[in-house]
Amino acid sequence: MILSENFLQALAAGLMVGCLYGLMCTGLGMIFGIMRVINFAQGDLMMLGMYSTWYMFAGFGFLAFLGTYAGPIAGALLTGPLLFVVGYYMHKFLIVHVTGLRTSDSEGEGHYAQLILTLGIALILQNGGLILFGSEPTSIRTPMSSSAWVIGPLWGDFVEVFINQARAVGAIVSIGVAVALFFFVTRTRLGKALQASADNAEAAIYMGINVDRAHHIAFGIGTGVTAIAGGLVAFYYPFQPYVGIEFVIVMYAGVVLGGFGSIIGAFWGGMIIGLVQQMSTLILPIQLQNTAIFVVFLLVIFLRPQGLFGRNVERV
Amino acid sequence: MERRTRILRSLGILATIGVIYVTLVFLAPDQYYQLMLTLVAVWAVMGISWNTLSGYSGLISFGHAAFFGLGAYTVVLLQVHWGITPWIGIPLAGCVGALAGLLIGLPSFRLRGHYFALAMLAYPLALLYIFEWLGYNEVAIPMERTNPVAYMQFGDMRIYALLAFVLLSLAVIVGVLIESSRFGLSLLAIKQNELAAEAAGIRTLRWKLYAISTSGAIAGVIGGFYAVILLVVTPPTVFGMLTSAQALIVTLFGGISTVWGPVLGAAILIPLSETLHAELGNVLPGIQGVVFGVAIVLVILLAPEGLIWKLRDFAMRGRETDVEDRLSAADVADPGPLPDRPHALTGPVLLQVENLSKSFGGLQAVQDVSFDVPEGSVIGIIGPNGAGKTTLFNLLNGFQAPDRGRVVFDGEDLVGLRPSGICARGIGRTFQVARPFRRLTILRNVLVGAYVSAETDEIALQHAREAIALVGLEGHEDRIASGLTSMEQRLMELARALASKPKMLFLDEILAGLGQTEVNRMIHVIRAISDNGTTILIIEHTMQAMLRLADRFVVLDHGALLASGPPAEVVKDPEVIEAYLGKRWRDRA
Repeated sequence: MILSENFLQALAAGLMVGCLYGLMCTGLGMIFGIMRVINFAQGDLMMLGMYSTWYMFAGFGFLAFLGTYAGPIAGALLTGPLLFVVGYYMHKFLIVHVTGLRTSDSEGEGHYAQLILTLGIALILQNGGLILFGSEPTSIRTPMSSSAWVIGPLWGDFVEVFINQARAVGAIVSIGVAVALFFFVTRTRLGKALQASADNAEAAIYMGINVDRAHHIAFGIGTGVTAIAGGLVAFYYPFQPYVGIEFVIVMYAGVVLGGFGSIIGAFWGGMIIGLVQQMSTLILPIQLQNTAIFVVFLLVIFLRPQGLFGRNVERV
Repeated sequence: MERRTRILRSLGILATIGVIYVTLVFLAPDQYYQLMLTLVAVWAVMGISWNTLSGYSGLISFGHAAFFGLGAYTVVLLQVHWGITPWIGIPLAGCVGALAGLLIGLPSFRLRGHYFALAMLAYPLALLYIFEWLGYNEVAIPMERTNPVAYMQFGDMRIYALLAFVLLSLAVIVGVLIESSRFGLSLLAIKQNELAAEAAGIRTLRWKLYAISTSGAIAGVIGGFYAVILLVVTPPTVFGMLTSAQALIVTLFGGISTVWGPVLGAAILIPLSETLHAELGNVLPGIQGVVFGVAIVLVILLAPEGLIWKLRDFAMRGRETDVEDRLSAADVADPGPLPDRPHALTGPVLLQVENLSKSFGGLQAVQDVSFDVPEGSVIGIIGPNGAGKTTLFNLLNGFQAPDRGRVVFDGEDLVGLRPSGICARGIGRTFQVARPFRRLTILRNVLVGAYVSAETDEIALQHAREAIALVGLEGHEDRIASGLTSMEQRLMELARALASKPKMLFLDEILAGLGQTEVNRMIHVIRAISDNGTTILIIEHTMQAMLRLADRFVVLDHGALLASGPPAEVVKDPEVIEAYLGKRWRDRA
């Protein structure tokens, strides 16, 4: 009985964390999966999302009047547009030099430049964050962080599953944002233009789409969505300026696992990573939770040799 | 001796740096500056380690902290648990690093490009959590009061600085030896195009494993030494992201794929970040990371190959133009129709193609093609676009496997061999798109090909020079490939293929895109190669030039053999005219 209670508890936690990871991956999915830009700084942009949510709700506190439920949620959602702007201009002034048509003739080279440029951005954000925010772990403390809804008792009186409110609220908002993004990309005119530009920039130019701008927007949206996920994670997870690196692996593992070019796929990929992480606590010590993710990540990329960019038959 | 002068020159530079370094160590006013100098050497070594794998082979590693950290923990734990001195521990740390390199490389080299980079990122982070879980959160080196020197413990910081320079010298020597040997050239060939390297006979996996274990060993040693200076080791300081990043950044900033790049990068960036950290560290705690971040962003945007190459380009500007082309009028004159060479087609059969077929889905790309290539002949495979020429070529040199049929070369069936195996049996090839190593001289470009068949470096050098002479690039050996015209690049590539002393040469559209005089020159060169005894198979779809080159044509259309015979007859064949020009022309002919 104890075993099944632990199992159900881990399953519930995995599903909720999975929704949050899913949303994070959806953001990276826009950038890496669809635009095929490697953004190493995605985790650090997410860290900015966490701090921005914290500042809006607690630091400057202008959202505090909304109360302890609506306030943080509004903070996380408002973080989206804020980081959209950051992502838009970061792409416009920096990333654009190493992506898109400019590098289309040197596929491999382009990716190396992206990796290294965004590594530099990541270092600036992490350490700039340290200067601005300090190294003290921060968290968005609300009553929901520490309270739970109880499901049960199930099977007679023995099994009760505790649902942490902060995670549950985060998971629900995540699903909402992911669904909204999905409809935006697949149903609206702008969304389709973004997808077209990301998928085949050259063809999109001939269709009269302003591809450069579309890329800025897509990068901005990817950044904003991941930042919202960061804000939601901050409800229950203490963070500091170096928190991004832990999540970069989570995100890439999810996106690769979910398959390229699909926003829905990225969400499910993140979900699986969340489940693996939480379920691993059943058999592994808690410190090795993240090691389990790395193992899954390595398995994922080993079992997909060549990756998606590597063509199988190169014209030689 | 080209190699020896390179090594001697490098030792000269190293000695100069040594004099400056030692002077600075003794001029340094206090321990703080002595430590800074030590750190410059440490990170220069770490950069050389990163360069050994990622700079030369192009496989970007984000995980060099794994080797560094394992080295550091090896030294500390050996001393804490078994009282083993760092004098022994540091070499052992090198062994641990090499072993870790091998264990990481074996699975990870299946990955390409950014997947390799991302996988490498995961190793140190996983190790970080594992070491925390094992309870090694903070391990200090115990003080040895009775015999400190035996445990590498000195009161004088300057001794550490000098030790660091000894390690740097060793790393530089290893780097120079790699750079000037077939090891380094093979890695560069892999970076350029792994497939083409394999086709040139380079055993890519073996060289990559050598590179990662050498790199791991260097990082392990310097990680172990770092532990001795720091006295306390924690997982985040040695396995953290900044460790991997700093190795990469000093190298890219200074200059990639040259041993002096990391040295220059460390000499600039380490003092800069340390000084800023000391001056502003308590107000701006992350200033070091910001400096490294800004440095790397600027480098990628302004000088993607690093400072040394930018300076070198600047110094070389204008110098390239003085190279005069000593081409005589005879070199570019119309070579005229091919002289009758009846003996060329009567030699023993060298390559025999029998009923070769290949289909992609429903498309019969090559069907039932058979022909013989006599030794010493020049055979031209021609046909309109989409006739199956390239597929046939790929079947012959092992990039694709045929569905049916045999390719017999010198009495041996080639079907099923890897491209490197086919190359080793004496078939060289050129590629349609020239892929020179831009930063290397013509001589070193050609040497890559020469290593395949040559036992020793001297023989390789001799073969390379002969090949360069044969294609008419004599006197241009020391020019950098990036300054060559496309014609010269193509000649260089021809020389690279010839340097492996092949019995037979496959030329893939070697005349495409050349102007009239260039075509003439190339024809002279190919005739010279043929007169030298090499059998040649050319693919081409322009018939005009081929009339002056080939002893015999093999005409393909829709994947099947349409005609074969002497050029003069083939061009009058009504079916050939129809295939090239359409039915209407057939009637007029």
